[in-house]
Amino acid sequence: MSNIIKLIVLGAITLFAMMGINFARDLAYQVHAALVMLIAGGLFIWTLRKVGEPVPANPHPQDEYLDGVVRAGVIATAGWGVVGFLAGTFIAFQLAFPVLNFEWAQGFLNFGRLRPLHTSAVIFAFGGNALIASSFYVVQRTSAARLWGGNLAWFVFWGYQIVIVLAATGYLLGSTHAKEYAEPEWYVDWWLTIVWLAYLAVFLGTIIKRKEPHIYVANWFYLSFIVTVAMLHVFNNLAIPVSIWGSKSVQVFSGVQDAMTQWWYGHNAVGFFLTAGFLGMMYYFVPKQAERPVFSYKLSIIHFWALIFLYIWAGPHHLHYTALPDWASTLGMVFSIILWMPSWGGMINGLMTLSGAWDKLRTDPIIRMMVIAIGFYGMSTFEGPMMSIRAVNSLSHYTDWTIGHVHSGALGWNGMITFGALYFLTPRLWNRERLYSLSLVSWHFWLATIGIVLYAASMWVTGIMEGLMWREVDANGFLVNSFADTVAAKFPMYVVRALGGVLYVTGGVIMCYNLWMTVRRSPAVEASAAAAHATPAE
Amino acid sequence: MENYSLLRQFADSWALLALFVFFIGVIAWVFRPGSTKTYRDVADIPFRHDDKPAAQEARQQ
Repeated sequence: MSNIIKLIVLGAITLFAMMGINFARDLAYQVHAALVMLIAGGLFIWTLRKVGEPVPANPHPQDEYLDGVVRAGVIATAGWGVVGFLAGTFIAFQLAFPVLNFEWAQGFLNFGRLRPLHTSAVIFAFGGNALIASSFYVVQRTSAARLWGGNLAWFVFWGYQIVIVLAATGYLLGSTHAKEYAEPEWYVDWWLTIVWLAYLAVFLGTIIKRKEPHIYVANWFYLSFIVTVAMLHVFNNLAIPVSIWGSKSVQVFSGVQDAMTQWWYGHNAVGFFLTAGFLGMMYYFVPKQAERPVFSYKLSIIHFWALIFLYIWAGPHHLHYTALPDWASTLGMVFSIILWMPSWGGMINGLMTLSGAWDKLRTDPIIRMMVIAIGFYGMSTFEGPMMSIRAVNSLSHYTDWTIGHVHSGALGWNGMITFGALYFLTPRLWNRERLYSLSLVSWHFWLATIGIVLYAASMWVTGIMEGLMWREVDANGFLVNSFADTVAAKFPMYVVRALGGVLYVTGGVIMCYNLWMTVRRSPAVEASAAAAHATPAE
Repeated sequence: MENYSLLRQFADSWALLALFVFFIGVIAWVFRPGSTKTYRDVADIPFRHDDKPAAQEARQQ
């Protein structure tokens, strides 16, 4: 019966996509319709071949965890990560050497088209897959229950990959809302909403049927991330399609309301996607890797409530000196500064989890990776509030300082904690005794760290220089520098930044090799040892 | 009063107060008597069910 419904739905989507190819008003829509037709048509044939086949008696045994989808998520995270880092490194070289904006690829592979591809690939493809996979792993272990909803988790995984592919191809072909971190057009937004609600259902369903009476703090962070992102996504993407056969849509909000909604979204994408979600990872993987419980569970609860209560108000600091009323941007600034407290409380909680086990820093490169991630979390959550102060912002805004800040957070905090989680997860998910090579983890650690340092340092220098050059006036009050002067002055720093990117992406490739070899070559956990290990501790 | 001013006034009076009271309440709740023991137990959750879910009948609440 369910197969029949699936066939009808998939057939209808395929047919609609075929009409879309025919009636398409723009190239992006046409290509997307073709993609959708291939995916839905392929699934149609796949489902058709299964009709009448015997179904396994118990496809979802409740006494086992559903780990297949987590394995897929680990592969997707590592793969998209390298793609996103490569795209970022390439556009860094494009800024240093404009000739890399090839004439033959104008309108497809120039900086303007590739930049959103890079940001979305690292934030949503790399970070998003890391969050989905790790949240599925963590919520099962800390709820002592299998994922709710059977194959719905697989729908979330594949549905999310489709969002990524549609978004990425759309950017190259020029389909965009032109909203930072929310570029995909209306039909991708609608599809993401469906996938995200399914994600919420799987996560919440698992928490509801948990066997542990208490909801572990990591799940609170993950849940707040899922709920808030759903809300932000829907409000920021309120748009009316111009035509059902075209990718263009028109925003419902306009003017300063639109700007405020965008940065309410944009800052909370940082606050809830890149912070709350990844803190969920921290609160599970750091204690696991350090083999000791979190430093203070009380602090973790206060951390959670303080963080979510404050972050949601910080968005207006992106709109200093604009049409936004002063009181609103002051409000954003004040809340950003108060955010120092929960951020640093969380950082201290993560770091102090190691108290009594600091020797592990010397022997365990994975814990080293997690600790430097927390360190970068602390640094970038110090830098962010400082930059939100109006006077500092007047120097830093629109300069490369902002880019440096974002990358110390994204490469340092999000990247490093994700690498730590991937190194933690891979041996466990593929039932291996250990990683293939710890010295390769060390190589990855140092390449990534030096890469970030080069990146952040060069962006501080170029950002502050640029800000000072823009505001420099001579004795008569005339501006001293033209815009082109600042661009020329930034060249050496741009080269250094791109080299930092090369180091970071090299580290990512080494990680992929190491994880691959772990699955291929590392000795499996022996059956007897596994059985002994599996006996319940109680 | 038009909508904007009305909502604006509500936001910086009653809504602010309610959120603040809730937040103080959370902190007070965290430090309630006996919480240290509970939280010490709860902090061990990640170390309990690594390999498979808890048995069906084990639910205690």
